[in-house]
Amino acid sequence: MKKMKLVMVGNGMAGVRTLEELLKLAPDLYDITVFGAEPYPNYNRIMLSPVLAGEQGIQDIILNDIDWYKENNITLHLNKKVERIARKNKVVVAEDGSEAEYDRLLLATGSNSFILPIPGNDLDGVIGYRDIKDTNAMIAAAEKYKHAVVIGGGLLGLEAANGLALRGMDVTVVHIMPGLMERQLDNSSAKMLQSTLETKGLKFMLEQQTQELVSDGHGHVKSIRFKDGSEVPADLVVMAVGIRPNVELAESAGVYCNRGIVVSDTMQTYDPSIYAVGECVSHRGITYGLVAPLFDMAKVCANHLARMGIAYYQGSVTSTKLKVTGVDLFSAGNFTGGKETNEIVMHDVTGGRYKKLVLNNDTLIGAVMYGDTKDSSWYFQMIRDGKNVAEIRDQLIFGQSHLGNAGSQGQNLAATMTDAMEVCGCNGVCKGTIVKAIKEQGLFTLDDVRKHTKASASCGSCTGLVEQILASTVGGAYAPQATTVKPLCDCTTHSHEEVRKAIREEKLISISQTMMFLNWNTINGCAKCRPALNYYLLCAWPHEAKDDPQSRYINERANANIQKDGTFSVIPRMYGGITTTQQLRRIADVAEKYKIQTVKVTGGQRIDLLGVKKADLPKVWADLDMPSGYAYGKALRTVKTCVGSEWCRFGVQDSTQMGIDIERAFDHMWMPHKFKVAVSGCPRNCAESGIKDVGIIGVESGWEIYVGGNGGIKTVVAQFLVKVKTHDEVMEYTGAFAQLYREEAHYLDRTVHYIERVGLDHVKKHVIENEANRKALYARLLYALEGASNPWAKENINAREFESLTI
Amino acid sequence: MNTWHEVTTLEEIPPLGARVVTTKQGDIALFRTAEGEVFALLDRCPHKGGHLSQGIVFGKKVACPLHNWNICLDDGKAVAPDVGCTRSYPVKIENDVVYLSLA
Repeated sequence: MKKMKLVMVGNGMAGVRTLEELLKLAPDLYDITVFGAEPYPNYNRIMLSPVLAGEQGIQDIILNDIDWYKENNITLHLNKKVERIARKNKVVVAEDGSEAEYDRLLLATGSNSFILPIPGNDLDGVIGYRDIKDTNAMIAAAEKYKHAVVIGGGLLGLEAANGLALRGMDVTVVHIMPGLMERQLDNSSAKMLQSTLETKGLKFMLEQQTQELVSDGHGHVKSIRFKDGSEVPADLVVMAVGIRPNVELAESAGVYCNRGIVVSDTMQTYDPSIYAVGECVSHRGITYGLVAPLFDMAKVCANHLARMGIAYYQGSVTSTKLKVTGVDLFSAGNFTGGKETNEIVMHDVTGGRYKKLVLNNDTLIGAVMYGDTKDSSWYFQMIRDGKNVAEIRDQLIFGQSHLGNAGSQGQNLAATMTDAMEVCGCNGVCKGTIVKAIKEQGLFTLDDVRKHTKASASCGSCTGLVEQILASTVGGAYAPQATTVKPLCDCTTHSHEEVRKAIREEKLISISQTMMFLNWNTINGCAKCRPALNYYLLCAWPHEAKDDPQSRYINERANANIQKDGTFSVIPRMYGGITTTQQLRRIADVAEKYKIQTVKVTGGQRIDLLGVKKADLPKVWADLDMPSGYAYGKALRTVKTCVGSEWCRFGVQDSTQMGIDIERAFDHMWMPHKFKVAVSGCPRNCAESGIKDVGIIGVESGWEIYVGGNGGIKTVVAQFLVKVKTHDEVMEYTGAFAQLYREEAHYLDRTVHYIERVGLDHVKKHVIENEANRKALYARLLYALEGASNPWAKENINAREFESLTI
Repeated sequence: MNTWHEVTTLEEIPPLGARVVTTKQGDIALFRTAEGEVFALLDRCPHKGGHLSQGIVFGKKVACPLHNWNICLDDGKAVAPDVGCTRSYPVKIENDVVYLSLA
């Protein structure tokens, strides 16, 4: 089949991102031609400020070098401005007369600096701040001249002013409004920003209107004169008063424009064969000048160009971060508020910290932070998710506190860390390495950073730090994805919820069926989605969906824990931590017979045999004659107990027996992640029930049940769920909570993450307030567990998994 | 000239799974894709020596069980941005019998 022709006008970040997304979806659909007016391939425009500030060179900010275009068979015309579009013949014509026919045309013409219509605006030394050319002109001016004036106290103007000051110029920022960055900051934070920048040597003239730019008599600017008659010397004037969508070409071709090129939710213009993305478009009346929304548009546009036709762009919530070293500010959403909204404010003048949160009813809709932005991603995520914050409202202003985040020396403020300090304790990644990778590799998302640097890619405890570094390095380009719409993995556009819903409602019972129904874009998924799907199917359709061992991580396939040398560890169950002399004798015999190197007592009151060869596993299990402890699984792990009222002089309940009963009743239970339980016989809580997924504490009059605790990466104390009287009630409430978590949590979310997402009130509603629902949940769990048996039993072992071949 | 060693039958390797072959040159992992293609790689991840045979197979790749590096089954190369390569060996299938060459 003959390929269709796609022509793209404009070679910037939005357009090229669209091509990248398109090539991922449909690499062979189009012959692609690109026209760029600049002499450079696609570069990272948001990194112009660091280039100006002397922190980076031009070469460092190229995102797609010339070879990238070659490798993807894209015909690239650099330095060629397209002059007109002949829509009737579907041809674009460039200034030099070169032409290209198209079946689909993509306009990504970006925006231009707005140049004030004042006398002298055409003098030498007067420039906008938009591209490499402008940046180079500023760098050259800084070498030659002394006085610079930046008109515009917005994001771009301040970054330009900061860069020029770092290059030794005497810089004055002129702003028409009474406060800086009025579109991103409220009065208080704007004042704080101004005084910080003043200590860095910048001068400010606020509420000043420019009358004219005065010539030195040789066509070069000499000074700037204001409406009040005052004058300030200026050898360089940078106009940073805003950008205007570049619609000249579209308008001349008769494509409907209104401020920007008007596009629908599918990024289509009024001419159905012409699409537009980026700063040049007007979508639902809004134009965007930040990178994050442009990338959202690119994804949607590519989806339609690839003829998949299922994506919609519905506008973006944007955030701002100023990329000026030593200044920490963040704003997002609607932070000015209105009649319907109310605010929570914290202002510490001496400490230089300011935080304002704007709420509409119980939903966070905007935030401004100055001096301490460590929780910016957390707030931004809530704004994007439209999450109800009623439960945490009284704590909201203090941010997301994590007790004992291990592995980052207790750091929680990326800005105060030096380049040499370690951010990711698992993979040994320093702050400097992350910053360098973000700048040089052109990374924009957390996933990008994880892939390239491995920072936060293992245990994830330093994710918040990495997000802060990313946000302060790329500024407004960083936008955490709304969790509600986040795809399960790269193989699909569907979220966890959508996938689970489809499995339930369409009664999908196999992985391949699910992938087909939901239009997976890979043949058989990846190592991320297959285990999730396998679990979701087993959870939704017990006894009907068939377990797929090849979609399980090796530990669950081999029913043992793989170690770094490829051997395995074996932990048999000791219900409630109780063992016998016979069991201990067998364990000792097995350890000797199979020359097991290490025998270790675990934190979960069991015994771990380490260094078992895979081929020996079935024999070890047979000789042990004890059931699997599921220490390798996303499943019920241990139930930790204290000795309780049977022995302890303080014990008021038989916690040991309760632990044994729970561990037996809920054995073989597959879960979204590991699931730990503890039972203590009195409030002294020797079994550490406060940091378990379900923690049970015996009191004189019954049992208290706590949920969502975590003792691992993030130490989180479990929250009180309910107090019950009887043994049977403990079983029912625990089982119902476990089942709710099984049915609703995202795969690999612990109970703490799950409850953080849905709220404890939701759990209470289902498990406590509604008795019928609780009983139904409990019944579904018992049904799912019916007939489940020990995976180490001979009849359950797939011998082929453990035998190797020889030649 | 390749010297072909008869190893096993196709049926003995689970689709989207692997088997380990013990050889004089060390352990070799035989992978089978969903389409029934078979590939052989040295059973060592170029990253930290993880046993690739124990990983999850998808498309024409395997995810190392230790740190989730993705390795291409046909040439043993790590998927970017990771960099590294493990040795690959020629495989042929005749009448559902799998042959491996250590050349």
